Amino acid sequence: MSVGIKEKTLNIALVGNPNSGKTTLFNELTGSTQYVGNWPGVTVEKKEGKIKKTKNKVNLVDLPGIYSLSSYTMEEIVARDYILEEKPDLIINIVDATNIERNLYLTTQILELGVPVLVALNMMDVIEKNKDKIDIEEIENSIKARVLPISANKGKGIDKLINTIEEMALEEDKVENLDFYSKDIKKEIEKVESFIEEMAQEKNVSKRWLAVKLLEQDSHTLSKFNLDQELNSYIVKINENLEEKYDDDMESIIANDRYEYINKVVKKSVKKTRKHELTTSDKIDKVLTNRFLAVPLFLGVMFFVYYISIQTLGDYTIGWVEGAVEFIATGASTLLISLGASEWIQSLVVEGVIGGVGSVIVFVPQLMILFFFISILEDTGYMARVAFVMDKFFRRFGLSGKSFIPLLLGSGCSVPGIMATRTLENENDRKLTILLTPFISCGAKLPIYVMFAAAFFPATSGFVVFSLYLLGIVVAILSGILLKNTLFKGAVAPFVMELPPYRVPTVKGLLIHMWDRAKGFLKKAGTIIFAASVIIWFTQSFSPSLALADNPANSILASIGRFIAPIFTPLGFGEWIPAVAIIAGTVAKEVVVATLGVLTGVGEVAEDSPQLVASIQTMFTPAMAWSFMAFNLLAAPCMAAIGTMKREFNSWKWTLFTISYQTGVAYIIAMVIYQILK
Amino acid sequence: MSKTLKDVKIGEKVIIRRITGTGPVKRRLMDMGVTKGQEILVRKVAPLGDPIEVNLRGYELTFRKEEAENILVE
Repeated sequence: MSVGIKEKTLNIALVGNPNSGKTTLFNELTGSTQYVGNWPGVTVEKKEGKIKKTKNKVNLVDLPGIYSLSSYTMEEIVARDYILEEKPDLIINIVDATNIERNLYLTTQILELGVPVLVALNMMDVIEKNKDKIDIEEIENSIKARVLPISANKGKGIDKLINTIEEMALEEDKVENLDFYSKDIKKEIEKVESFIEEMAQEKNVSKRWLAVKLLEQDSHTLSKFNLDQELNSYIVKINENLEEKYDDDMESIIANDRYEYINKVVKKSVKKTRKHELTTSDKIDKVLTNRFLAVPLFLGVMFFVYYISIQTLGDYTIGWVEGAVEFIATGASTLLISLGASEWIQSLVVEGVIGGVGSVIVFVPQLMILFFFISILEDTGYMARVAFVMDKFFRRFGLSGKSFIPLLLGSGCSVPGIMATRTLENENDRKLTILLTPFISCGAKLPIYVMFAAAFFPATSGFVVFSLYLLGIVVAILSGILLKNTLFKGAVAPFVMELPPYRVPTVKGLLIHMWDRAKGFLKKAGTIIFAASVIIWFTQSFSPSLALADNPANSILASIGRFIAPIFTPLGFGEWIPAVAIIAGTVAKEVVVATLGVLTGVGEVAEDSPQLVASIQTMFTPAMAWSFMAFNLLAAPCMAAIGTMKREFNSWKWTLFTISYQTGVAYIIAMVIYQILK
Repeated sequence: MSKTLKDVKIGEKVIIRRITGTGPVKRRLMDMGVTKGQEILVRKVAPLGDPIEVNLRGYELTFRKEEAENILVE
């Protein structure tokens, strides 16, 4: 730390197109000091961190990936409101050099905001490889802003970038406005500027930006800046004149002007060697989005992913963690005994906490493997192809191909599925997809089906499991259609999506991606599941008179079970044991089978153990089995998933609505099934 | 009758004459560089028949046929 120089806190914003390498750059700049949350009031992810290797404290906010600063999507509004209201000391605009024309479109808008801009021209390694040439100085002269070549993937140019960031952020120079509009348009903009100059100064925003937005009649801006009648009609008149003259709407006129300017800049400064050959990406796509091969290949990929993460490698890790948990349990037990701890403390720690949390922790490595594979599919760009291929099918139910990925992930675990809805720009689509995801049977429910199949349908177990998955899918589709026509009614969101070139992801990026998701799950394990385990242990071990229960049937949990059980009578299983199993299942669906085992005196065994099967056969009938399975399939998911829902909805209202809807649907369908089958 | 991008065959390259419609779709298309006078190539159609994939300004973009109907070409 320098002596005598006061340390300043600088605030920097990172802005750029999706797929421009923004996340990679953010990771490079901030290292491990990231914090991920939500922008208040919206379901848009907010990422912040501190830039490493700086003399002063430099906070970096990663604004959502956007193509423009209009006000049509939540991400755009969040980004521009942040820049206009928080007034960062500097904006880093990351531009993908291999896609420079479209990327510069956003740049022209950012340069109008009156905040200093540093352009980080990324993917320069690809430019070099293709033997293309970009005249950086020419670009700098044209757009009147610093441009630094980098390759975030390869970590090149980062140090110089960090130095320049600090240098520029400390400068307090006035920003020189970029003037690129064509003569006619510029004249009109300047007319508007002369009238709103004072207001702009007052509100401390760039008059150029304000003039353009008012001329475009941008709704978000109009609502924030109250214009008096006269001024408003004056601007509308100019707007109408221009629209008539160019026979187009104002937004399009301005957008065209921007691109005209960009075309000029690019022509002067970018020289491409390859003309219209197929790139490597295009060649790969010839196979992966081939008319006949696309879907089978995709199914093959998913089968491989699940085979590794659920069946082989993943399964192995379960045994490994189980062993570790047992080891800890034994150790804790020994320790407590040696300390002379009372029996109930021993029980609380070993059976309650370690047992409860342990039963969920065993699945974490398996989930992490699944997350890792999914990160690979996303970071390479393959997921975009999946949305492209599946879109037509989803259109039928009012959704888009982008909804497919969350639902697909939900078949492994609802948690990453719900988190994947972030890519859906349309709020309604996002909420609806979050609600539908848990209907797709998750991996944790599988033991339940296996157990009942072993007890009642040993010859057709495969069919039984398959039909349950199918039931989940059908309910999801029907709910989608129903809700899309009622609660989530709205214009079908446009499906305009970029297919980024295939890229080899960085291992660092993959691990951060994977860890981000696992972290959320672990946090829930440490808090909600921990608390729930203690509560379940307590209610299971103590009788209503608060003495240690000798028999689970005399515990508080059993009393609660008996109290709730009558609700399930129309569904066929109005007994306390199934009711308690369902309650326990709110912690984690894997617990349902274990609970049935413990409460029937068999103990915690595998779902196909003969003793458990025998117990089930005495307690249930085939009709009851079907309705119980259907209820568990469709009802509200485990606490980890509910917690994730709450985080993605950013609202308790929607979370409660979703849980009620799912449980309500589960109840009705299970009841219908039982009444028909009995 | 005006030719739209929906009528363009795979592998054909055309120039955009105008974008019809208003609101989010049009804005979105323009944000992605689909503008008057721009060259655009129809790359392929998705396996299930929709959406279509185009190449413009050096990158690959997809959108539905009903969105392509808004793009008048020559």
